[in-house]
Amino acid sequence: MTGAEIRQKVREKFPAAILSEHDFRGDDTLVLDRGVLHHVLGFLRDEPTLRFNLLVDICGVDYLGREPRFEIVYHLYSVPFNSRLRLRFGVPEEDMVIPSVVDLWVAADWFEREAFDMFGFKFLHHPNLRRILTHEAFVGHPLRKDYPVNRRQGLHPPTEDLLTRKPFEG
Amino acid sequence: MSFKLKDLGTEKLIVNMGPAHPLTHGTLRFQIELDGERIERTECEIGYLHRCFEKEAEVRTWNQMVPYAERLNYVSPVMNSIGWCLTVEKLLDVEAPPRAQAIRVVLNEFSRIMDHLVCIGTSAVDLGALTNFWYFFNYRERIYSLLEEVCGARLMVNYPRVGGCARDLPDGWIEHARALLSDLPPVIKDVRGLLFRNRILVDRMKGIGAISGERALAYGFTGPCLRASGVAYDIRRAEPYMGYEQYDFEIPTRTNGDAFDRIFIRFDEIEQSSRIIIQALDRMPVGDVIVRDSRIALPPKSEVYGSIEGLVNHFKLIFEGIRTPKGEVYLGTEAANGELGFYIISNGEGKPYRAHCRAPCLPIFSAFPELVQNHMLADTTAVLGGLNIVAGELER
Repeated sequence: MTGAEIRQKVREKFPAAILSEHDFRGDDTLVLDRGVLHHVLGFLRDEPTLRFNLLVDICGVDYLGREPRFEIVYHLYSVPFNSRLRLRFGVPEEDMVIPSVVDLWVAADWFEREAFDMFGFKFLHHPNLRRILTHEAFVGHPLRKDYPVNRRQGLHPPTEDLLTRKPFEG
Repeated sequence: MSFKLKDLGTEKLIVNMGPAHPLTHGTLRFQIELDGERIERTECEIGYLHRCFEKEAEVRTWNQMVPYAERLNYVSPVMNSIGWCLTVEKLLDVEAPPRAQAIRVVLNEFSRIMDHLVCIGTSAVDLGALTNFWYFFNYRERIYSLLEEVCGARLMVNYPRVGGCARDLPDGWIEHARALLSDLPPVIKDVRGLLFRNRILVDRMKGIGAISGERALAYGFTGPCLRASGVAYDIRRAEPYMGYEQYDFEIPTRTNGDAFDRIFIRFDEIEQSSRIIIQALDRMPVGDVIVRDSRIALPPKSEVYGSIEGLVNHFKLIFEGIRTPKGEVYLGTEAANGELGFYIISNGEGKPYRAHCRAPCLPIFSAFPELVQNHMLADTTAVLGGLNIVAGELER
């Protein structure tokens, strides 16, 4: 199935949710409404003619000065059909809550923790939402555009006990 | 008085490993909750080697990121910078000249061999087999010498450029590469013979940390760790780049997906890599090693020093970077550990608006608690070795 056909399939299933689409340099991309995030990803994984069974990546992007400010980007790959798809969802700064997809791909666990750490996305129903690359005493989210590249933060002692740490709530 | 074992008051023991534990070969940390010697729960902590690759990318030009990219997986540096350059080339919609492509293929596969040699060697060391390590590191040193001939550096070569390679191969390099490659089979044979029928090693690795192909995919496994579970997914075959479709090679797979398979599949991959290198050396095209486009490649030094246009061209490219079209691209390449992908968003400037690196190690290491669950404490060594976690790539 070509990228255009895959996009067609998603368009038929979620006609109202697609905000824009393109295939710049052969990368098929859909920009969708955040409300369907979990449904569309579940559909792409389970639909027998698509079977996007490999969640390649999740990452955030900060478009400071644009509305909505943030975007969460999913890269999917289908091993049986050798096809790729990129999904983008706009996320406004004042409400950064996104449904977690850990129940669809367990790989999402650490990818989502990284997006939380770097941008501050809050993944609903994530089992263990904590910072992953920075220390838990780190202040701010370093990949946001308003975080200066040369800001330094204090040194903190290592966490004594990893097994009883509480996940992020809020 | 009868004594019942279950009446013994047992307490769970928490063992901390890392961040500076010899078996991690880097800076990983995990804590294990032990019931007797059985692993009940594991919690990983990463980030000790986080060097802000993505944040740095936003303030560097495209070519300035080449050395940064090489520090991702420092065991096979060239593969990372080639992946970066290919992604920028995809954004620019240019293709490196055939000779540059072939040189990149040779270096790419030599790096894969190096990475696998280190993985097998250090895994065996962790389990107590030191000899293999020397055999393999000896050979790896010779590959470093080969890289040194190309670019002057042994580890971080900084050789690929957007649009091609920094300079042409030195005279006689192809013969040196051929000679080096002809010495590989005996090394592999020796170590294979030492390990394959080594009772201790086999007993410690067979059936340890096994994962099914389906579960591995759900965890986002790619590369040798996925193929050891029986899924023949290799980007070089599925979505060929750099002309991999012209080379004749096989994709080795194994079926059990345990620590043993994850180590031994790398032997087969080394053999396939050396097949690819031989083919690439045989048909090494002649011609340029970088695109002849003054908007992408630096002009020859004679022009820089001999004409004002050349000087301005050089200055603009160094200070402002290559002008790219607006847009976003993702390109996954088959690195030694799996799919190494770069996702770049450009707003038309000489540097990325946002660059993201999809590191193969991150999803693989996230499966570690599940892989060691219910095994013995000492099995963490066998599992971690086969996963080949490179902290630089894991944490970027």
